[in-house]
Amino acid sequence: MKLEEALEIVALTDSGMVRAHNEDSVAFDAACGLVVLADGMGGYNAGEVASGIAVSVMTAEIAPRLKKASPIEREGETGEELAVSLLIRSIQKANASIYQAATNEAQYAGMGTTIVSALFYDNRVVVGHVGDSRLYRLRGETLEAITRDHSLLQEQIDCGMISVENARHSQNKNLVTRAVGIDAELTPEIHLHDAAVGDIYLFCSDGLNDMVEDDDIQSILYAMQGNLKLAAQQLIQTANDNGGKDNVSVILVKVCREFAQPRSRLKKLLNWFKK
Amino acid sequence: MTAKLILSLDGALIQDYALEKERMTIGRKADNDIVINNLAVSGQHAAIVTILNDSFMEDLDSTNGVVVNGMPVKKHFLQNNDVIEIGKYKLKYLNDHVSQTSAAEFEKTMIMRAPLAQVAAQGGKSGDTGYFQSPSVIEPERTAASEVASEAAPQAASFAPPVTPPPVRAAIQVLNGPNAGKELELVKGLTTLGKPGVQVAVLTRRPQGFFITHVEGKSHPYVNGELLGSHPCQLKDHDLIELAGVKMEFFFKS
Repeated sequence: MKLEEALEIVALTDSGMVRAHNEDSVAFDAACGLVVLADGMGGYNAGEVASGIAVSVMTAEIAPRLKKASPIEREGETGEELAVSLLIRSIQKANASIYQAATNEAQYAGMGTTIVSALFYDNRVVVGHVGDSRLYRLRGETLEAITRDHSLLQEQIDCGMISVENARHSQNKNLVTRAVGIDAELTPEIHLHDAAVGDIYLFCSDGLNDMVEDDDIQSILYAMQGNLKLAAQQLIQTANDNGGKDNVSVILVKVCREFAQPRSRLKKLLNWFKK
Repeated sequence: MTAKLILSLDGALIQDYALEKERMTIGRKADNDIVINNLAVSGQHAAIVTILNDSFMEDLDSTNGVVVNGMPVKKHFLQNNDVIEIGKYKLKYLNDHVSQTSAAEFEKTMIMRAPLAQVAAQGGKSGDTGYFQSPSVIEPERTAASEVASEAAPQAASFAPPVTPPPVRAAIQVLNGPNAGKELELVKGLTTLGKPGVQVAVLTRRPQGFFITHVEGKSHPYVNGELLGSHPCQLKDHDLIELAGVKMEFFFKS
C-alpha cells in the first residue's frame, strides 16, 4: 500500500485577526508520510525565517532518504528504526541551521521556533516535538493531545500548582521552555504511537488551542471527519471568530487504510543470515 | 506592571503592597511581609507565591482560615480583582498586566532560558542553572525582548477586542416524519445534522449569525427549496431546511 493512498493530508495556515505577519510554517510530503508544523518567534521577520528553515531542512533531510531506504531498517549504531533516528536527526539539523543563522546575522539574533512533526510508517506514527505546538488525535469520538507542551504552564500543571481549568486564565501562556534554534544542542521529545484506520491527527500551533477549547475542536473534527478540508477551514475560522490573536495553523491527517511496510522475503532471509 | 494587594478594613484603605517577591507572607507576627496586628489573624496566616505574572494564595494552616470572594479556600489561583478576607480585613488582588502591556506583546511566544539548560544537562552536559524558581534565571527573553516590544507597539493600536458571540438564540424545529414537532436549540458553536461518515450537514454559530454547511454525503441540503453547494449559507429567520427528506424550520428565539 502506497503511503499517499493510505493517508489523506490537508494543511492550512492563516495569520489570524491581529498579527500582520504569519510566523508559522507548514509542510507535508504524503509520499514519505512526513508532516511538519513550526511556529516561529523573534523580532521583525525572524520568526518566519526560523520556522521556514525548520520546515525546509526537515523536508530536505527526510524525503530523499526515505526514497532509497526503508523506514523500518534498523540503524547499525543506535539500533533504532530509520524513521525514528531520521526524525531526531532532522530536528537537530534544523536546530543547528537556525542557531547558526541567528549567530551569524544580527537581525536574526534570538530567533527560534517550535516544531511538531511526525513520520507515518508501517501502521505507526513517530512524533517529534519541541515547544508548545501540539498534536491531537481523534480516535472514535475521543480527542486527546498526544504531545505535552514544553511550556512553563505545562510544568506548573504537572507539579500541581495550577489546575487545567485555571490554566486557561493564566497570564504565563506564552512562555516555552524548549525551542529550536536557541541553543547549539537540542533534545527533541520523541514518541512512537500505533496508528489505526479512521484516526485523525491534528497538528496545530498555539493560535488554535489558545483560542478554541478542546471540546469545540473535538466536535468540529468529529462532525467534519468526512471532509478534511472543510474541517481545517472550520478550525481556523473558529479561532478567528474567537479573536484570532495569533497565527493559526493546522495540518490534518486521516488514516484511510492500513499502511504496513512491505517486508520482502529475500531481505528477511538476508537479515537472518546476518545474525 | 507588578501585581499588588490592597489592604483595607471596613472599607477604609490601610496600605497597598506590591507583589515583588516570589513569596510574601501575611500574618500577625512582625516578621511577615504583610503584618496585620489583630488577634483573629494567625502568627503566619497565609502566603502569596508569585511566578512571573501569576500569583497563588496559600493558607498556612491558620486558625481562622482564609476566604476568597466569599468562599473558604486552602489554595487559590488569584485573578484580577479577587478579594481575600482574613478576619475582618480585606486584601484586594490587582493584576492589570493585560491592560498595561500591549496585547500583541502579551501574546508573543517567548523562550525561557533556564529549563533549556536543564535539557542540555539531561544530555550529559554540565552548566545546569537549576530550576526556574530562582528569580535570576526566569528572564523570559534575551536581547530580542526589546525588539519584540518595539515591533509590537504599532500593532497594539489595531488590536481589536475579542469578538463575543451574539446573545441571539436560535433553534430548528422538525416539521415532518417521526420527530415532527421536535425542537433543537442551537446552543453550541456547531450542531451536527446526520451521521458522521455517512451524511452530515452542520449548523455553525458565528459572530455574524448562523450558517448551514454541507460536509459529506450524497444528498446536499436544500434551503428554501434551493440546493446548497459546497459553500456555507447564512440562515434567516423562518428559513426552511430540507435534508434527506426531513424538513426543518430555522428561527430566532426572542
